[in-house]
Amino acid sequence: MTTILEVNGLEKRFGGVVAAQNIGVTVSAGETIGIIGANGAGKTTFVNMVTGHLPPSAGTVKFLGTNIVGLPPRRITELGLCRSFQVPQVFLSESVFDNVLMAYGIAEESGFSMLRPLRNKERDARVRKHLASYQIAEHEETAASALSQGIRKLLDIAMATVRKPQLLMLDEPTSGISVEEKFDLMDIIMAALREEQTTVMFIEHDMEIVQRHVARVLAFSQGEIICDAPTAKAMVDPKVVEFVLGQEYHVGIRSDA
Amino acid sequence: MSADKTIIGVTIAVVLLACANFFIADWIRQIGLLSMAIGSVALGLLVLWRTGLISFGHALFYGFSAYGVALLNYLGVRDAFVLVIVSAAASGLLAWGLGFLVRRYRAIFFALLTMAFSMILYGVLAKTERFGSTDGLNVHPPTFLGYAPVDQAAQITLFLFGLLVIYGLILGVQIYLRSVLGQMTTAVRENEIRVEYLGYSVEHVIHIKYVISGLLAGFGGAIMALAVGQVDPESMAYWTASGEFVFVAILAGTGNVAAPFIGAVAFEVIRHFAWEHGANLWQLIMGGTLLAIIMFVPDGIWSVLQRLVGKKDGVK
Repeated sequence: MTTILEVNGLEKRFGGVVAAQNIGVTVSAGETIGIIGANGAGKTTFVNMVTGHLPPSAGTVKFLGTNIVGLPPRRITELGLCRSFQVPQVFLSESVFDNVLMAYGIAEESGFSMLRPLRNKERDARVRKHLASYQIAEHEETAASALSQGIRKLLDIAMATVRKPQLLMLDEPTSGISVEEKFDLMDIIMAALREEQTTVMFIEHDMEIVQRHVARVLAFSQGEIICDAPTAKAMVDPKVVEFVLGQEYHVGIRSDA
Repeated sequence: MSADKTIIGVTIAVVLLACANFFIADWIRQIGLLSMAIGSVALGLLVLWRTGLISFGHALFYGFSAYGVALLNYLGVRDAFVLVIVSAAASGLLAWGLGFLVRRYRAIFFALLTMAFSMILYGVLAKTERFGSTDGLNVHPPTFLGYAPVDQAAQITLFLFGLLVIYGLILGVQIYLRSVLGQMTTAVRENEIRVEYLGYSVEHVIHIKYVISGLLAGFGGAIMALAVGQVDPESMAYWTASGEFVFVAILAGTGNVAAPFIGAVAFEVIRHFAWEHGANLWQLIMGGTLLAIIMFVPDGIWSVLQRLVGKKDGVK
């Protein structure tokens, strides 16, 4: 398996506060990785540093062999590292279709070809197919502002994947979604990503979802990775139990088994 | 497709105007020429406005280009094509240079930054004797590819020339507005972060819009210089001129590339008749009109036309 992401000694300080330190992780193509940890553990800081949203104080991030620290988000996106956001970042007054259409336009044209018409039949067809694979085709005409939180999350992720990224990072795809909805939501997302064989890392608080969808877990606590292991092993790791899951959860797993 | 309707409509209008040009009274033709000039600048504002950006200083590019025509005259250049294209290009170049700074700002700072530069230009023009100080400079009647008409023929030819230029500008802007780059309007206005994470630079998008906008204002200024036969800092580069452009843009609405020219005609007609009835009446009418537009038809004259034709979504 080829290595696509290599993070070494990544660190973020806000004045005297250390938000992240000693972060090192290697990701191979085809992996699905869950990022867990309590609030304030440094999960989002990690994703923000890797995707160019936040400049790290130290460390390196190599993506497909290129050091991407200091590159603007658009360059990182172009290289094939895309992301979604905890709060969906979409164009609220535009329809679902137009949101994804713009994503395609930007992904498919560059330089002077940006002057080609945004709409054409072939591109419209690709947009519809993409909407279908995220099961939001029925909302095509709806303005993004009128969508439920779950559908808006799907739209955000659909927009992040039009480039068929080599690595996709999702910041809490199920936050703010009702318990009934979030399992379906994750199934839709993971099915669409499997289809494209996208390597994915996502932040998640629900351990059922983590166990259902990921093979490997990165556990964060106080700005550091305290455990990087296959999911089953991580769930019983003493440090993970103490700092992330809590003793009760540990007992819960045992009684299930 | 709806966009083609715009091009067909504009083509028909241009042909009709070109024919009418030979029969209409001189004062109407003059209003037409002034409207072309003002409308070009308003079209430039439309390009920015669709992205939620407004400029209170477009007299900068307008005046810069108008003086460009006058100064090229002094160098012996008389051909209308050369005068207009070179002067407008100079304005576009100026916008490109300033764009590196302006593109970093939004909202009120974006709006006023260009105005700051226009005040500097005004100061330079008004203080420099070589540029005629506050009196300005004269502009000679132009020639057209070697053809040098006089009297009425000169005005008729200039009107045709203006139509040709405007037609080119409208087609160009229409193609741009339908493109991926031109469609980045709501996207940039509503979510810059998403645009960046889709893989494009928001500052780049805004910079290009700014250059196009400056270029269009440049064409407007050059046409105005030829139409009135003189340039002066008060009417070409002072901030009240910028205010008039914003007024026309609001009057017109952003619904269509033809709207700014319709708005400009309305503006010039109102101004023409207001002046006939007393000097101070003009401001009164202008203020009243602006008030009425903002309160009753915030989407401008174009939205009224749309409603009259009965198309709710209309041509985009």
